[in-house]
Amino acid sequence: MSDTPDPVVARNPSEAVASFDHHSRGLLDRVQHFLHRYPTMVPVIVLVLSVAAFGLIAPNFFSAFNLSLILQQVAVVGTLAAAQSLVVLTAGIDLSVGAVMVMVSVIMGRLSVEFGIPVPISILVGVAVGAATGALNGTLVTRLKLPPFITTLGTWNIFLALNYYLSNRETIRSQTLDTEAPLLKFFGERFTLGGAVLTYGVVLMLIVFAVLWYALNQTAWGRRVYAVGDDPESAALAGIQTKRVLMSVYVVSGVICALAAWSSIGRVGSVSPTSFFEANLESITAVVIGGISLFGGRGSIMGPLIGALIVGVFNSGLRLAGVDVLWQLFATGWLIIVAVAIDQWIRKISS
Amino acid sequence: MTEPLLYARNLVKRYGRVTALDHADFDLYPGEILAVIGDNGAGKSSLIKAISGAVQPDEGEIRLDGKPVSFASPLEARRAGIETVYQTLALSPALSISDNMFMGREIRRPGVLGKWFGMLDKPAMDAFARQKLSELGLMTIQNIAQPVETLSGGQRQGVAVARAAAFGSRVIILDEPTAALGVKESRRVLDLILDVRSRGIPIVLISHNMPHVFEVADRIHIHRLGRRLCVINPKDHTMSDAVAYMTGARLPEGIAA
Repeated sequence: MSDTPDPVVARNPSEAVASFDHHSRGLLDRVQHFLHRYPTMVPVIVLVLSVAAFGLIAPNFFSAFNLSLILQQVAVVGTLAAAQSLVVLTAGIDLSVGAVMVMVSVIMGRLSVEFGIPVPISILVGVAVGAATGALNGTLVTRLKLPPFITTLGTWNIFLALNYYLSNRETIRSQTLDTEAPLLKFFGERFTLGGAVLTYGVVLMLIVFAVLWYALNQTAWGRRVYAVGDDPESAALAGIQTKRVLMSVYVVSGVICALAAWSSIGRVGSVSPTSFFEANLESITAVVIGGISLFGGRGSIMGPLIGALIVGVFNSGLRLAGVDVLWQLFATGWLIIVAVAIDQWIRKISS
Repeated sequence: MTEPLLYARNLVKRYGRVTALDHADFDLYPGEILAVIGDNGAGKSSLIKAISGAVQPDEGEIRLDGKPVSFASPLEARRAGIETVYQTLALSPALSISDNMFMGREIRRPGVLGKWFGMLDKPAMDAFARQKLSELGLMTIQNIAQPVETLSGGQRQGVAVARAAAFGSRVIILDEPTAALGVKESRRVLDLILDVRSRGIPIVLISHNMPHVFEVADRIHIHRLGRRLCVINPKDHTMSDAVAYMTGARLPEGIAA
């Protein structure tokens, strides 16, 4: 800003206000278009800023060790968020993912430990059960035409009950797993890469996201998932068998939940029917912060990965800064609200 | 006269107590633009849905090229070469022009990538989409990767028509293509329709807009009370004749009440 005011502005302030308005609208407009084009940029920017901010505030935050610890902490919820993303892309929501994960981990554990079934077979059974839970959700949504929210609210309770029944409300302890089924803890094993300490669970999460990215962006199936989420009637008229696509989404999501179950055993070290009680909502949080629209058909699959990392960064950063745990929740809450507000704003572009 | 390409006789469709199609007939000849007009509720859209596979008639027969057909879904009609441009356009707003053009019939890469990994051949799809759009004079669209929702109403209509023209080998059905458009954009869509006919593909045009119908149609099918009332030549009748027949104010010559 120059010190000498523009003579026109000085004489006619209302005009100056108007022109300022115009200028800011132009800039906002461009930002809106840019974000519409690249919706994942919102979480990317938030992640970069939060990492930078916590790097300044919190001691030791910026170490390879701490950053890799964050990855370890988000591995399970991140994998679950991948499953959730698929359903949300079809304008649905899956409240049962967490319950499926815990139930499958119990099945894998009990079959291996109590029934002495070879671990690889237990794992395969677990994956099949995951697929079956997805098929159940998918059938209810496509055949009975129940809203996904209600469907999965119901199956969430059902799977939770089955989980308590199958587990006898008993935890399989870490030592038992070590002696009888060490393979179940595979994804908890650590390895170092530079100064970073990673688990195979982190690698699994990254692979799941990479495969989904490929499937959603480079295959016909992926384009159809987006089309069905965007406008199911248009997709059907354009010749897409929308029910089949929806069904496949729920089944794939169930399989990913089963993989998350295996990963969760490694993360916790034991098989507990009461673990990850909030995983359902945490996965939705990651998806929403990651910029996938709850109205379906919009957003990149990489968003939820970044969304999960943002939550991890906030939790780690606030903890290292010595802030009370309750503020982690407080911050996450605001992140969700801001993310959805931005999504609404970006979507206005089409009207 | 030549044989009709698409032929239907005695189509009946009932919805509960409502009879939407009451022994309706339909003929479309090769290379023509046939307009279908009728009052609201006359059963135009039921007729169109029946021949495009969106609904299945309770009675009656449909023949394509002389062979009896019955379409269980729009997909089957499409496979038989009947493309429909719905009033809603059936485009996915958040997807690109190219994605939309190939929705449901994507091209895969040759070789292992396509066969085993289902990898799309995006360059080929983009090139094809660009070519089809420019053939129809729609190349004001710069970026084939642009989401459809960022296009104007006329451009969207253009994309939907281009999609139908690109794949509709036998028949293209257009449902109210100019209803949502301004004067200039309507003009372009009408030119598009004439252009598609000049490629030898017959068109069924459903419209309420009499000037548009009389401008481009070779024959006009007037639908009334669930059946075909008559087919007129636009050169022999005026628009007010057509409206009178359509609404029942007057009967065409040679048709008994």
